[in-house]
Amino acid sequence: MEALVASAIGVMVASGVYLLLRARTYPVVLGLTLLSYAANLFVFSMGRLTLDGPPVGKAIKKVAKTGEVAPFADPLPQALVLTAIVISFGMTAFIVALAVKSMATLETDHVDGEEPSS
Amino acid sequence: MNLFLSILNEHWILMPLLIPMLGAFVSPFFGRYRRALQRLVSVLVLVATVAASAYTVAQAAAIEGWYVYQLGSWSPPFGIVLVVDRLSAAFVAMTSILGLCALLYAIWGDDRRDSFFHFLFLVQIAGLNGAFLTGDLFNLFVFFEILLIASYNLLVYGSGSKRVRAGIHYVVINLVGSAFFLMTIGLLYGLTGTLNMADMATQMAALPQSEAALARAGATLLIVVFGVKSALLPLYFWLPRAYSSATAPVAALFAVMTKVGIYAILRTSVILFGEGAGVASDITAGWLIPLSLATLVFGVLGVAAAKRLKVLVAYLVVVSAGTILVPVAIATPDSIAGALYYIVHSTFVTGALFLLADLIADRRGDAEDSLDDGPAIASPAWLSVAFFVAAIVIAGLPPTSGFIGKILILESAFASGWTVWIWAVVLTGSLLTIIALVVAGARIFWHTDKGEAETTLASPQRAIAPLMLLGIVAGWTLLAGPAHSYLTDAAEQLLDRERYVQSIDPQSFDASELQKQYKKQKKKGSDESGHKH
Repeated sequence: MEALVASAIGVMVASGVYLLLRARTYPVVLGLTLLSYAANLFVFSMGRLTLDGPPVGKAIKKVAKTGEVAPFADPLPQALVLTAIVISFGMTAFIVALAVKSMATLETDHVDGEEPSS
Repeated sequence: MNLFLSILNEHWILMPLLIPMLGAFVSPFFGRYRRALQRLVSVLVLVATVAASAYTVAQAAAIEGWYVYQLGSWSPPFGIVLVVDRLSAAFVAMTSILGLCALLYAIWGDDRRDSFFHFLFLVQIAGLNGAFLTGDLFNLFVFFEILLIASYNLLVYGSGSKRVRAGIHYVVINLVGSAFFLMTIGLLYGLTGTLNMADMATQMAALPQSEAALARAGATLLIVVFGVKSALLPLYFWLPRAYSSATAPVAALFAVMTKVGIYAILRTSVILFGEGAGVASDITAGWLIPLSLATLVFGVLGVAAAKRLKVLVAYLVVVSAGTILVPVAIATPDSIAGALYYIVHSTFVTGALFLLADLIADRRGDAEDSLDDGPAIASPAWLSVAFFVAAIVIAGLPPTSGFIGKILILESAFASGWTVWIWAVVLTGSLLTIIALVVAGARIFWHTDKGEAETTLASPQRAIAPLMLLGIVAGWTLLAGPAHSYLTDAAEQLLDRERYVQSIDPQSFDASELQKQYKKQKKKGSDESGHKH
């Protein structure tokens, strides 16, 4: 499972960086989205990947009852990811609006705001 | 009133963050029809913020230790803490004062284009102050995002093709930076299991050698992320275009933005790559100083090559970032004190220069701020004098604060292995900066062969803000002695890793205590439910 998640994150970062280096705003926005996806997944997996781990509340109950500590899902990365998703959602909305604005003002979707002179 | 005072007494640490935040959310209610009232509210809010941050500085100077504020009374390392020491207090005060000056410029005209200007401006101040106060790494990320989203909007504020063009670059590069910041935080959390900076410092120092590779990767990524913010060499190319096309008061406020990155490097260096920080402690050795020097060189070249005054001032920001990062990389108490002195100086002077450049551009008709021959400036004499003074100060000629700052930095260079390089680059850089500024000043004020400019002048009150900033710089020069001793204390406090960790005391939490409490509650709960049945 670790290998699968790690390679998924890697592929997403690679595709994101590839798209970011395009010269048009639309692929760049998509690249940013992929990159922030990858970052979120990465943060999430930093709570360690566990199967069938109960949420922390149940785990505490179990500790209190029996005194034995079983593996449980780390809630903190989940909370962090939640925050990060909200933030990146807002940021993506902003960059989309800015890209549209740039298309309207500059009449080009090139990231430099002007067509390259070839 | 008594209640109010007791709240203030207990929660004063929150105030530099809370006042602008609350002000920001009050401000949109006034809208475009009550603009005078909205301006008054913003000014009052920022005056209150300045007062609160001045109080913070006074409090921080009064004791040897750290003030720790536990948000919601959640104890560290689980709760978020705000930490006030001399360093964060100084940065908060600097930001608030600069914000007030920039706002005083904006209310005489620049805020007219959109009624959300005040909201964004105050949110930006709140985000900046929050970033300086927080003692939690993820919270730092959140405050970075707050100040960034405000800055994205402020940068394109006023619209126009120039700003939209600069905006795309600025937003994209900072979003990439944010993604990397998030990954870094994830990595460090995965390694240490904590986000509290003091606790992380303890955990990092105790990391086994087998984790060294990850820890070093995390530390390096963190410098890359903060390097984007603080305009370190390969990462500064977005800066000149963004700063030179922003509206003047926004550009003046942005003068403090690179300093956030530098502050974050200072703060995290204690945790990650300071002395005794464990496996990643030598991560910056050997490359941060030369890279900072290269930043300085490229910045100076940009200053010399600039074709517009605002671009020139933007490159001066890059130069000052390079100059400051050198002593930050040396990381002795002396060098950091010098860096801090220079940070305050350069922030206020570049802020003043952005405002002066705008005043000059207003008075030159179509030539605006281009460094070509243009019409004679319909100018009061003070404008040229003010530009002259600001140029001398930023170039670092004696007896100004720039000179004192550079002396402090050069003196501390003896502790590094790069003494000759630092002296050569910093001094040559100063010389080239002076030449470039002289050329620019001569072009603007003397090469005036195209008659008088026909401009309708905006409010003369706009002169207040740049003159205030120059006055602050003059005060900073006169008070160099006490300021330097305060900043030396701040630097020593910053580097005192052990006492920092102790005073935040993340180890106070005891898991068995929680277990007992839980059992007690459980018992109580079952007793109560027993009664019901």
